[in-house]
Order: sequence, then structure tokens, then C-alpha cells
Amino acid sequence: MRLWWEVARRSFRRHSTYRAATYAGVFTNTVFGFIKAYVLIAVFASRGGAPVDGMDVTDAVTFAWMGQAFYVMVMLTYLDLAELIRNGDVVAELYRPRDLQAWWLAADVGRLGYQVLVRSAVPTVVGAVFFHLRFPSSPGVWIAFAVSFVMAQLVCFAHRFIVSLTTFWLLDYRATQQAAAVVVAFFSGMLVPVTLFPDWLQAVARFTPYPSMMQTPVEVLLGRHAGWADSAAALGSQLLWVVVLFAAGRIVLAAATRKVVVQGG
Amino acid sequence: MLPRRRTVREWLHLYLVLAGARVRADWQYRTSFVLFTITQFAITFLDFLLIVVLFNRVSRLAGWSLAEVAFLYGLSGVAFFVADVFVSQVERVSVYVRSGRFDSLLVRPLGPLFQLATDDFALRRAGKLVQACLVLGVAIAALDIEWTLLRVAVVAMAIVAGTVIFSAVWIGGVALTFWAVEAQEVVNSFTYGGNYATQYPLGVFAAWVRHMLTFVVPAAFVSYYPALYVLGRDDTLGLPQSVRFLSPVAALASAMVARWLWSAGIRHYRSTGS
Repeated sequence: MRLWWEVARRSFRRHSTYRAATYAGVFTNTVFGFIKAYVLIAVFASRGGAPVDGMDVTDAVTFAWMGQAFYVMVMLTYLDLAELIRNGDVVAELYRPRDLQAWWLAADVGRLGYQVLVRSAVPTVVGAVFFHLRFPSSPGVWIAFAVSFVMAQLVCFAHRFIVSLTTFWLLDYRATQQAAAVVVAFFSGMLVPVTLFPDWLQAVARFTPYPSMMQTPVEVLLGRHAGWADSAAALGSQLLWVVVLFAAGRIVLAAATRKVVVQGG
Repeated sequence: MLPRRRTVREWLHLYLVLAGARVRADWQYRTSFVLFTITQFAITFLDFLLIVVLFNRVSRLAGWSLAEVAFLYGLSGVAFFVADVFVSQVERVSVYVRSGRFDSLLVRPLGPLFQLATDDFALRRAGKLVQACLVLGVAIAALDIEWTLLRVAVVAMAIVAGTVIFSAVWIGGVALTFWAVEAQEVVNSFTYGGNYATQYPLGVFAAWVRHMLTFVVPAAFVSYYPALYVLGRDDTLGLPQSVRFLSPVAALASAMVARWLWSAGIRHYRSTGS
């Protein structure tokens, strides 16, 4: 446990040294937040303010800004591990006497600890200043959101891990990473809330792990899963994906280490 | 001795040799190359699907129909992705500066901009351009436009001027990173942000955003103003009619600002290291 804590702590410190890059990212996240918010406002204005499936314009705008707050967590679809696999340095990673998945999870948590702190806070505050956003008043909803947020982070990590491992076979990660980014952006609710999808597409999305990355936690925050049973169902579906994707990651890793020829040998 | 001026033909030859070398190098990773091109093509479809999804909930967005928004999307997309294929590589200037490789660009007998554009030329990005052309074509087919010579000219002008505007935003934005090398991501809000915003009618946005997109980052001249003329629509900003034809002026102005920023950036550049 001590080891993982130290890895996370150092990763946190490493990322906190790139100040200007972080501010630049915050700026860009915020600009996109405005564009997304105005588009959604126009959509609801064109409907004469009529809600979609219980989602009104305030919910939608909150969704747009939460998307910006979740951005760093959701939209990074690969780990530095992918580059190590591409250039062959992964061989040293495989020799080290510790669990590869847990090591990278610890590093990922450290990175996000810093980035989520800075890059989420600013867009949320700016959004709240310029627009009317909806935040829950009940502490129960906040607790459910916190749990849901942690699970979203785990789903995102497990997904990143698998995407990175495909480099073992493709020897390059840019294409898979790009493809993953698009699918994630679309089905996680990052670009448009899944609630606004046509019913059939919504059904498709709900069968994938992607809504667990963002759509579900934001729904929890907006109180769309009020009550014990509904909250449990929402968090349960996330937990299911955490288990499935972590297990899948280990299987892929095992397959890779068994059959793969490390580059540069 | 000053190098003699090269002719257009020589420039073209140099471009083909340098960019061609990059394409051949990328082609070594065949699966990745093909997959990347296809993904780029598919990516932008999901991008467009997003607009279709929104129109599943409304019949008109700020008064514009789906076909009309698709027209905006296509115009903006074609201009943006031509700039993306040929110019967006300049983004990597911050990588060059940080690693010290920018010095080697400066000592070679070619402008650094030319070298950057060829060094990281990525043909695989053309996948997105194909998609934008398709959407524009379908939108034009779906819309009942009465084509006159002037309308055709305005569309052609919009694409050329739009490409220049987006290229200028890219180069001018990237030039700013000579002062703040880590601030690269800020440029994205003007380039990708400009493209994203101009896929929608300007009336979607609050007044201050509309003014930004007209007077500061003139992305509205890429799609919105020319489209007003071609589709025969009224302007929500209440600017004079002539604004619809001002895309080339906006392009020229942005190119001049970009040129000035870039040379100021190069002058400001001090090598890294000791």
C-alpha cells in the first residue's frame, strides 16, 4: 500500500510542475464550455423551453460545464505506458517485481489528483458565474456523486489501460487512441448529454461502459437517481464495468506478455 | 552569399520531396496508417452525428434547418481541414523549442515555417477532409439553392478565404508559444474552438461571442457570413449586407496579423539550454 501511495504522490508532484500547461488547458476547457452551453441553450430555446425526458435547460447547461470539469479524466484515452510499449522500454516495466496494472493506476490517480483539482474547479466556477447551474442541496446526493465520480475514474483508467495495451499488437497507439477518444467523447455524454440521444441510440449507449465515465455521475449529481434504489442501480452499473474492465485488462496483459516480441530486441 | 530566390516550381518540388519523405516514413506502419485515416474519417462523422442528434429534438436551431446547419458545417469543415492537412503541423513548434531542435530549423537554408509544414506533414489527416466535403455536398444537394455565378463565387471564396483564416489563426496562435512555450493548448481554443463554433449559426451565441468570432478570431467569415448570402437569410447581428462579401478582406487581415506575430515570435526566440 505504501508503494502505491508513494507512486501516486510523486505522479501528483510531477504533474503539478507543469503550471503554464495546466493554465492553458483550463483556458481551453472554459472556452469550449461556453460554446457547448450556448448550443444547448439554443436547443432548448428552439423547443420553447420544453424539457427532454425530464431534462430542462438548467440541467443541460450544468451537463455542458460538468463535461468540461470531467474533461481531463475522460478524454485522455491512453497512458504513457503506450509509448513505452512502442519504443520497447516496456521490457523493463515487465521485469519489475510489482503489479503493472496497480502501478499505472496509482500513477494515474496521482496525475488526476492534481489535474482534476485545478482543471475541474475553474470551469465549474466560471460556468456557475456566467450561467444558472443546478447543484444538489442534499448531502446524500453529494456523497452518491463522490462515489460515482471515483468509479468513473476507475472505469476511465481501466479503459485507458486496455487501449494502451493494444500497442503490443499494432506497434503504434495513435490510431487506437484517436478512435477510442471519439467513441468515448460521443457515448460518455461529453459532447451532448446521452439523454438527448434518440431512444434507440440511447439504448445502445447504455449497453456500453462509456456512460459510466461521465453521464452517470452527472445524472447522480443532478438528482436524476434520487432515492436508495435508483442510486444503487446507477452506482451498481458503474461497479459492474469497473470489475469487467479491470479483469479484461489483466487478460489482455497476460495475452500480450505471453505472445509478444518486444521491439528492439 | 545570399541564396538566390527560388521559383514556384522549385518550391513545389521541394515541398513534394520533403512531404513525400514523411508520407513514406508513415507508410512503414501500414496498419496504423490505414486505421488512422479511417478513424479520422469516422471521427468527423460522429462529430456531424452530434448535430443530427440535436435536430432529433428540434426542427430548427436558432431558426436554421438541419440542411442549412449542415451547409455551415461543411463550409467550415472543408476550410478547416485543408488548413489541418497543410498547416496544423506548426503546432509542434513548442516540441521543437523545448527539445532544442528549433535551432536546427533556423540554420537550414529554408524558412522554419516551410520546414515545420513538411517535416510533420500527415497525409492520414485527409480522412477528415473527405468527410467534410461529403457533408457539404449532401447539404448542397438537399438545399434548394438557386445557383447564380455570384453564389458559386461566394462559396469558392468562402472556402479559400476560410482556409487562409484558419491557417492564419494556427500560425498566429502558435507564434504566441514563443513567449509561453507550455501554453500550446490555448491555441486549440481558437483553432478547434473556431471550427466548432462556426458549425453552428452565429445566432446561437451571446452577443459577446458573436463579436469575438467576427472581429477578433474572424471565424464567422468562414461559414456564417457567406452562408447568409448563399442561403438568402437575414443577419441576427444587424451588420450591413456587404459583410457577406468581406471574407477575403478578413482573410487578408488575419494573414497579415499572423505574419507579423510569427516574425515577432521568431525574433523573440532564444534557444533553450546553456
